[in-house]
Amino acid sequence: METAIQFFNENILFIYLLIFTIILGFEVISKVPTVLHTPLMSGANAISGVVILGAILLIRQSQADDYLSLSVGFIGVVLGMLNAMGGFMVTDRMLEMFKKKKK
Amino acid sequence: MYINFFINISYLIGSLAFVWGLRLLSSPDSARKGNLIAAAGMGVAILASMLDPAYKIGPNNYGWIISGIATGGLIGGVWSRRVQMTSMPQMVSILNGFGGACAVVLGGIELVHMYEGVRPYGSTEILILVFAILIGGIAFTGSFWAWFKLEGWINDTVLVIPKVHHIFNLSLLVAILALGGVLYLQGATSATWVAIVMIGLSLYYGISFVAPIGGADMPVVISLLNSFSGLSAATAGMIYNNQFMLVGGILVGASGTILTLLMCNAMNRSLLNVLVGGFGGSSAVAAGGVKGDQSIREVSLNDAAIMMYYSNSVMIVPGYGLAVAQAQKTCKEVDDILSKNGVEVSYAIHPVAGRMPGHMNVLLAEADVPYPKLLDLDDANNALPNADVVIIVGANDVVNPAAETDPGSPIYGMPVLQVWKGKQVIVMKRSMRSGYAGIENPLFFYPNSRMLFGDAKETLANLASELKQLG
Repeated sequence: METAIQFFNENILFIYLLIFTIILGFEVISKVPTVLHTPLMSGANAISGVVILGAILLIRQSQADDYLSLSVGFIGVVLGMLNAMGGFMVTDRMLEMFKKKKK
Repeated sequence: MYINFFINISYLIGSLAFVWGLRLLSSPDSARKGNLIAAAGMGVAILASMLDPAYKIGPNNYGWIISGIATGGLIGGVWSRRVQMTSMPQMVSILNGFGGACAVVLGGIELVHMYEGVRPYGSTEILILVFAILIGGIAFTGSFWAWFKLEGWINDTVLVIPKVHHIFNLSLLVAILALGGVLYLQGATSATWVAIVMIGLSLYYGISFVAPIGGADMPVVISLLNSFSGLSAATAGMIYNNQFMLVGGILVGASGTILTLLMCNAMNRSLLNVLVGGFGGSSAVAAGGVKGDQSIREVSLNDAAIMMYYSNSVMIVPGYGLAVAQAQKTCKEVDDILSKNGVEVSYAIHPVAGRMPGHMNVLLAEADVPYPKLLDLDDANNALPNADVVIIVGANDVVNPAAETDPGSPIYGMPVLQVWKGKQVIVMKRSMRSGYAGIENPLFFYPNSRMLFGDAKETLANLASELKQLG
């Protein structure tokens, strides 16, 4: 119990951030109409490519001869970048098709 | 000092770009801008993470980072240009899987670092690693399993243990958490096999989690896995103490959760019910066939064309069959000919039509159908009684009247498009086989239904040429 209270006290700002982001996410996204659900999903999917930052930080923290960490980091960067780049570009392609209809 | 300020400002801008971008995604007019803003936010954050002095411990190793970015960017870029719109569900699940896989490799390597004593690890940090691996593992292997299902390479019985599958899954989860508990308590002094088995079981759990879920429920599963891949990114952010990753990951987690719940509502089922599976599995068969010697009536292409051409309003109900046949453009051709003759053409889109949320909207947008012509479930059901001709192209379960009339049907209670209220119904279908969920559809035997057998694209093309002759 005591460790839990201590954790709460020490990380209170972090807990605020967590809760407000969750609320913000729900608020922003619940307004998206059905028409745009697929682009929303692939766009959100692209955002989950933020995990690439972890891989970048891993590589930067590694020693130049720590080939295990570097290779794993490299794989991480490739996977994260694939997720982000593929996601954003395919979303753009889809939304371009929606946009044309304005004329 | 200044550099830190710039790094922090960049992360802040990146986070705001994500929120703002998602906000703009809520309207078709601003959506494209929103996506670009979110992408720009990502770019700024990637640059910031590369320059952040707090993480400069060794030589930076920029060569490794840049070649990784180039490789991933190139593959992602080419792939996103080439992918067919009909294969969007597959692409989204694979990308989800990659995001999850990234979290797993990060969690894994940090466990290696823990054992090697490269950095000291507190027990809270170890717990975070365990969750990154578990959630990332589900997103990774689960997405790939969902992809195999979407491609039709495996069916819903592969790797499913009859009767006790859910107990098996639960014990798997308990085992993973128990091993995580050992890591939490013993840290670097725990045996290496504990971590290896924990990772292995997490990866298998992802497969086992998706395995029993019916193929027809893939829209729900993809949304759910999308939210998992976001949460795994958020936990990975906690490993590296990076708030930006946390914000991005949580936003994705929230969006995935909302879409999941929307899909479940659209089918009038609880999430638990979807996850437990059975829909399209054994229970569907028990519903049995249509009793008695009811017969179907076919309609000729020529008659169908005349019916549509001389009506006031035509409602098109597209389903996955349209996507499989790549018939969206041919469908638009038929629409154009009819519209030119003054027929009011609209489309009724069921929320779970296709294989992912909003799939039909994307396909029709690809064919240049203006989005105001697309009606959602409620609007379509209001408009259907006034439709002279309802034409169903490759949809089945979402127009099944048994959902309203037969309490024994596995889809009973699911809101469906009430196509039978239209004056004439033409069902375009490849054969009399039942839909993806494996349920018999009494609609085909209704007095106002006519069947038009054949491949959706071919039939629509023939219909278009018949219509041209009338005009």
